[in-house]
Amino acid sequence: MSTQNRGTVKVENGRYRVSGNFHYAFPNDPIRDENGKLLGITNPADMTHIHAYGGEAPFFENLSNAKLLGTKCANPKCETYGSVYIPYRIHCPDCLMRNEEVDLTDLARKGASVHTFMITERTGAFNTLEKPIRFVNVEFEGVSTILMGYLSVGEPSIGMKVVPIFQTKNPTFTIMDLSWVPAGTSADELPEGFSL
Amino acid sequence: MIKFSKQQLKIPQMSKPVYLVTGGMSKFDRAIPEKRTEELVIDAFLEAAEFIKKSPEELKEYIHSCYYGHFADHFGDQLLGEAVIHDRLGLDPLGNVGIKTGGATGGSTIWEAYKAVASGYSDTALAMGWERMDEVPTDEGNHYIASAADKDWETPLGHIYTGYYAVMAQKYWQVFGKEEESFRRTLAEIAVKNKGYARMNPHAQSPMNITVEDVLNSPTVAHPLRALDCCLMSVGASCVILADEKTAYEMTDNPLLLYTSAGSHTLRVADRRDMDIPLLPNESPDQYKDLGLRFPGGDRYPGFTGFLAARMAAYYAYGMAGIVDPTEDLDLVELHDAFTISDIQTYEDIGIRPYGEGRTYVESGDCYHTNPFTGQPGKLPANLSGGLIGCMHAVGATGIMQVIEVAQHIWGRWSEMHADEAKWKRFNREKPDDWTDLQVKGAKRGMAISHAGVGSHVTATVLVHPDHQLKGRG
Repeated sequence: MSTQNRGTVKVENGRYRVSGNFHYAFPNDPIRDENGKLLGITNPADMTHIHAYGGEAPFFENLSNAKLLGTKCANPKCETYGSVYIPYRIHCPDCLMRNEEVDLTDLARKGASVHTFMITERTGAFNTLEKPIRFVNVEFEGVSTILMGYLSVGEPSIGMKVVPIFQTKNPTFTIMDLSWVPAGTSADELPEGFSL
Repeated sequence: MIKFSKQQLKIPQMSKPVYLVTGGMSKFDRAIPEKRTEELVIDAFLEAAEFIKKSPEELKEYIHSCYYGHFADHFGDQLLGEAVIHDRLGLDPLGNVGIKTGGATGGSTIWEAYKAVASGYSDTALAMGWERMDEVPTDEGNHYIASAADKDWETPLGHIYTGYYAVMAQKYWQVFGKEEESFRRTLAEIAVKNKGYARMNPHAQSPMNITVEDVLNSPTVAHPLRALDCCLMSVGASCVILADEKTAYEMTDNPLLLYTSAGSHTLRVADRRDMDIPLLPNESPDQYKDLGLRFPGGDRYPGFTGFLAARMAAYYAYGMAGIVDPTEDLDLVELHDAFTISDIQTYEDIGIRPYGEGRTYVESGDCYHTNPFTGQPGKLPANLSGGLIGCMHAVGATGIMQVIEVAQHIWGRWSEMHADEAKWKRFNREKPDDWTDLQVKGAKRGMAISHAGVGSHVTATVLVHPDHQLKGRG
């Protein structure tokens, strides 16, 4: 069975409006042992979920505008007032007030470095990254947290200076639109669709 | 939460003591095509009943509420699988609830059953855990496991949980292991030990007689970790019965006191903010002042090198049971050796060794049943079951299996449960000619650590023989 006309979603008046197919049914197959004894069946399934980014939507939207957004606790009464977070936290983990958005793009371009990293050939189903994947966990001066990502150029090492790159052409609006390269990498070394 | 309030640091005070009465487990394997999950669960239950010489009907008569640990519904494509199991065990209409905290699911299931008995809700409770990880091929399994990371910020990156975990291993390897070949060999020793102990366990999935070189030559998963450094994916079930004092002594002559605690930390390692190291009873406030000098890069806590959840679970459990120094006060442990390197990190989090010095627990020979350097009993043997590397990681069952293994030593019945030829035969496994009795002689107290992923949930379960309680317990 083909999987044509895959489902898409819009929101109108605060409601999801869906069109196309959100699931495809395929027949089962028997599982037998070498003697032909029935042990079970395969259960194929193909479904599309509808996922709300909610308050994190600005982060994912702005990657395609080559912007890295974080947030900051803006409650002067909070014990950790002024703490800056990326991953983008909608609420302060201490006072639970709504955080203020901050643009961390310049900070990331000037002051980001690899806290730790990992290179792996292994991936799970649905992976779209080129192997081996070079995971990097990036720390920024003055930021409380350490962001996970992947390095697109060169080999990672702890303490290495890196800068963000963004998939501005054909963005996916996922975390995949953000990647990292060693500081000093030129625009012509970047993967297709990415810009500094 | 960077600082802790007095209320948050309170040592749990239970309304009444809780006892472990019995436990049982199924065979564990990568795939068990010939059995449904319900059959494995019944295997575990039957073993628990037989252990205290009761029929299943007799044991069920005592049970008042049921706690079911099963992490990954999506593997089995069955929501409310707990209701299926509950029915097949014939335990309707008793109240039951499903518990899921990733890799710590087994421990958390015991935690829930423990509170049910301690509160007086139930005189006797069943904690049963299982996992079925053979319903999808490994690639899809990796994707499913990666769904336990943050779906927007982590999972799309490779759909491979090992990658999110291994960045922690890399940091520990460089900062505390100093990328030393000797440290790499110490990691390998853990795998050699646990695969070797698994050879004496008929339930175990991956018994292997291997050397350090075999580990170092196994395929790289994510440098510095090799295939033989990593835990298994498994199918199987295990269960324990907990009861209050009066009921426990009605059911058996020899129940064990049980204490379970839990800690947590952020799902994303990314969100872990710098903080002071919370201290355990065997540590001093100035002990870690120069940690960053001794181990450059090691001054951020817990950073990517420590598990705060494990530390907090240990803090509560030690207070509850009166443990001051785990190496002195305990006779054996079962730790969550998801990877050899995380095993070492855990030694530090739970105070077996100070931060930065975890490797010495292996290098001293203390972690062995028999210290290879002295020929004497190991000071605090670890993972005599084979652990997650040698025995199994059937997620919901793992933390429960660990508790049963520790208990069998304290009961002095480890040999009986592992030497039985009939069991080896029933599991279609060959008992090795050099089978060795790993019973820890005179074991009185032990602990099991159940741990989720990058450390989002950790439980500590301490078992104590009632004649050997420690002073100063909470």
